[in-house]
Parts: sequence; structure tokens; C-alpha cells
Amino acid sequence: MDPGRFTRVDSATWRIETTGSMRVPAIIYADESLIADMDDKVGEQAVNVATLPGIVQASYVMPDAHWGYGFPIGGVAAFDADRGGVVSGGGVGFDISCGVRTMLTGLTASDIVLVQKSLAESLFHQIPAGLGSEGAIALDASEMDAMLAGGAQWAVERGWGAAHDLERIEEAGRMAGARPDFVSDHAKERQRREMGTLGSGNHYLEVQAVAEILDTTVAGVFGLARDDAVVTIHCGSRGLGHQIGTEFLKEMLATAKGAGIALADRELACAPIHSEVGQRYLGAMRAGVNCALANREILGHYARRVFTHFFPNSDLRLLFDVSHNTCKVESHLVDGKRRDLFVHRKGATRAFGPGHESLPAALRSVGQPVLVGGSMGTGSYVLVGEATSEARAFSSACHGAGRAMSRHAALRQWSGRAIVDDLASRGILIRSPSTRGVAEEAPGAYKDVDAVVVAAERAGLARRVARLRPLICIKG
Amino acid sequence: MALNCSAPPVERRGGWEHFPHGADVGLRGWGATPAEAFEAAAHALTVAVTDARVEPRDSVHVTCEAPDLELLFVEWLNAVIYEMAVRNMLFGRFAVRIEGARLEGTLWGEPVDVVRHAPACEPKGATYTELKVAREADGVWSAACIVDV
Repeated sequence: MDPGRFTRVDSATWRIETTGSMRVPAIIYADESLIADMDDKVGEQAVNVATLPGIVQASYVMPDAHWGYGFPIGGVAAFDADRGGVVSGGGVGFDISCGVRTMLTGLTASDIVLVQKSLAESLFHQIPAGLGSEGAIALDASEMDAMLAGGAQWAVERGWGAAHDLERIEEAGRMAGARPDFVSDHAKERQRREMGTLGSGNHYLEVQAVAEILDTTVAGVFGLARDDAVVTIHCGSRGLGHQIGTEFLKEMLATAKGAGIALADRELACAPIHSEVGQRYLGAMRAGVNCALANREILGHYARRVFTHFFPNSDLRLLFDVSHNTCKVESHLVDGKRRDLFVHRKGATRAFGPGHESLPAALRSVGQPVLVGGSMGTGSYVLVGEATSEARAFSSACHGAGRAMSRHAALRQWSGRAIVDDLASRGILIRSPSTRGVAEEAPGAYKDVDAVVVAAERAGLARRVARLRPLICIKG
Repeated sequence: MALNCSAPPVERRGGWEHFPHGADVGLRGWGATPAEAFEAAAHALTVAVTDARVEPRDSVHVTCEAPDLELLFVEWLNAVIYEMAVRNMLFGRFAVRIEGARLEGTLWGEPVDVVRHAPACEPKGATYTELKVAREADGVWSAACIVDV
């Protein structure tokens, strides 16, 4: 996009003024170079979101934004139910509650390097990844409903997790208000054998080393020190979330039409929050959130099992588990008044600042860990939510590096085999069932994650704490 | 559906293509009829997953309905994606019949073989983004949308 089309507020904030049917402005948090690299569709989609009924304050765009479905990926928007506000399946995304968790291992990078190859093979064989892989867990109808109501708490009760993880997961591991009875049989059937599977695309399990500490005090509170080894998992609600998203997208198209909501894009299909369809979606979506929380807890359990085999005394402790495709009811200050808003984050991470009541006591003084996944070659970041993030974007920050190039273009430019060999020569072991999948996820197909997190920091969304470099990457 | 189709160029009669999207993949199928275009697009969906040949060993029957041809196209691709997911299969041959708002389709394929098919991605759902089903100037029908992978 040409930054010249927007009003420059400061070096990390750009504004699209309210025109036409926009109800609020759109605000983009990024530097000039990141904006220049964004597809024009990002701005168009941010403007389209700004036309939705009941939107509060602005339609926000995070520094890693790219062209999405209805909402840009990296889009944040809050709606007031009592002022005609809507809930939009596209504003949550198909992979409901897709997210990232990082676990501390108590080990160092040199401990990992000693067993790197066999650890990579073992993780690759123990963590079901990609199309055609099957989980070891099959759920019958009553267990499916228990999982959809209980989330990570359910996984812990079944022996696939640790109770001390729960306070380190958003919603304490269980999203309230889930309605398994609002989830279709088709969606449940799609998930029956998918618990504890990683999926494919940009989902991964990585063993990473702390390459750099950027905030010593907060890193100390998070338990991160230079050269520590950590495990990071990126995945979501698998087939169930996608099926819920697909079914409600279709239904909300009709609902929006019936409610007289003019949609700038069919993918913005939505329903008034105070409507039967809106309430039904929220109940189903929350069940999808629980599915993702349970899935990541189970995958964390599998990782623990593998690590115990290699390091019998290892103790994987969850640093935090964030979701970046959600709609949550949160209390935010708007024009000096607290209001309960339905905050949609599509490819954006919640980033509560210091003192937020929902944070566990051990983290409350510094703020929420914000886990930002990079590409498999460049590394990832741990950030911490800033106090200013509430006023800037309803306590939200970026979620990843963000794609800079389509899969199509990546495939023409790179060979998966060459990428695997090149990364191996740099000490990074990639394991994936598909070399073509590796090419599509080539490090060069992503934006510069360093630039993204610097922009998030300059914008007052979240501050850098540690940079992580990959040692092992399991891709679906 | 009635069609008065002048002969389309041979090379485009049953073709398909992938087109770029920021994070996912665009599919476009062509044919002499909407049904043929839908079949070609489903083939493009399979090729997005694997370069390997998919043997037509077993068949699956699907039906779907939608108020217009574009929404029917999304329903069709989502039906194929659903069968891929719950049966753990890939499909290599497709037959589609469209009557008004209703589609009947048969998919032929085989169980996923992770080593032989080496699936590059897992389609999650067809979307309304870049969705277009239309008869082009040369009389050929095309059906396209972005699939989330």
C-alpha cells in the first residue's frame, strides 16, 4: 500500500479518515516500509470493517497484517452489543482460537544440540502432523461435549496435561459460555479423531533457544535467560473450528441481509450480538475456543512425554498460551467510561498490560506474555503487553511475522529440499511430511519479524522481552 | 441448466489453475458447463494438496444446495473438503450434476498415503473471497475462489 494515501499520526501510526459508509476511522500500526509491503487489500478490508454496525472507536490493523477474509489478518475491532453491535465469523477466522504456547524446559541450547537429531525424529514421530495423520485419541459423543465445555481443564482431568498449566492459559484454560449443543454433528465428526494433532500450513512445534534478552527484568519474571531452550507450539481448533466457521459464514450471510446490514464483502457476514444467530455463534465459537485450548494442552503433554524420554529430569513449565483468532467480551475504557465490548482479534494477540486482574499473580506486575511466531528460519519473539495497549488497540498486538508472499509465489521461488538442507547447515532441523509444504512456508515468504515487533513496540502495543531462534521445527 | 455454448477453445475446456493469495491458495476451474468448471476446480483443490496421482479406488456421493451458483460452488468445495477430512481420503476424479439450486456429485479417490502423497497442506474451508462463477466472453464457464489452507 502507498503510505502517502494515509494520514501519518506518528512513525508507527497511520490513519484512514472516516469517509463514505465508514462509521469510525481505520488505524494502522506499522512503519512506512511494512505498510509499503502490505497488499492494497489490507487497507480495503480495514475500511470495510469500519462500516460494520456498533463498531467502537476504530478498525485497527496490526504491523504483521496481510490480506485475509473480510477482516484483514492482523485486524482488531470491538463492538457494543447495546448499540447494534455485531459478531462476525470472519472477524474470528476459520481456525477458531488458533494460538501459540511456549513452554520452559529448564534445559539449555547445548543440552538440545547433544540429542538434536534424535529429538527431532522422535518429536516428528510422536506429534501427529499434516493431512493423513491421525491422533491417538478418539472421542465419543459425550466426551466430545465434555471437551467442548471443558477445554484445557478437560484435557488435564483426562491425564493429558498438568493442572499448574491452567492459570497460564487465557480464560484459565476453559472458555465460559461454550455451548456444545450449538456445534453441528458435522463439525464434531470432523474433530472425532483430531485431538492432539498439529495440522498443517503455518502450524508447527518448535524447540527454540533464547538468542537474546531485550528486557532483563521481565525476562526474569517470565523465567527466560539467554541460551535457555523452550518449546513453542502453534495450532488451533483443527477441523471443528473450520467447520463451525464455514457453517456460520453461510448462515450469517442470510442473517445480515435480514437485519438490513449492507456488507461491503460477503466474508464480513455477521449477526447482531442480540440475535438468535449471534448468540448461537458465540456459544459454538466458545466451544471451538475450548477445542483449541484442549488441543494445545494435549500437544504440550506429548512434548513433555518426548522430553522426559531424552531428559528424565526435565520439567516443561508453561510460560503462557495465547489465542489469536477470537471474539471475547472484555471491559475497556472508551472516552473515560468502562464498557463491555465484543473484541474481535483476527490474527492478533491479546496483550494485557501490567496489573490486569485476569493475569496470574506471578505475571501481574509485568503484564501478559505476547508470543509472536516468526518463520522457521528467522525465529520468534516473546513480548509483554504494554499499559498503553488498551488505549491503542483494546489491548492487542501482532501475532506473527505475517506472510509477505503467496504460497504460489514461494513455490516458484524455492525448493523444499534446498531449504531443509540450508537450514540444517545453520543448525536448524526441519521435519515435515512434505518438502513442498516446506517450500510454501519458506522463511523468505514471510515479513521481517524484527521489523514487525519493533513497530508493535513503537506503537505502544507490546514491548520486546526475548528473541528466540529455532533449533528443531516440526511442520505439518 | 440450459446452455447455448459455442465451442470454447479446446485448451481451456477442462482446465484449472491456482492463483495467488496472501496466505492461502486461489482455485479456478473451467468447463463447457458450470458442472464441468466445478469438477475442474475440485481437481485443482487436490493438486493444491499433492503432486502425486490419486487412484480412483472408492467413490463417495455428496449433495448440496445453495440459493445461487456462486454459493453452490463454495458448498461443493466444502463438501469435498469435509469428505477429505472425515474419511482421510484424497479424490482424483469428480462428476457433478447441477439442477437449479441443487448439486449432486460423485468423488473417486483413495485413503491418504502420507509417504506417497506427501500432502503439502490441509484445506480447511472454501471462502467467499475472490468468489466468482461466470460465463466468460468466449462461452467458457469459470468457477473460482480462495481456499483457506
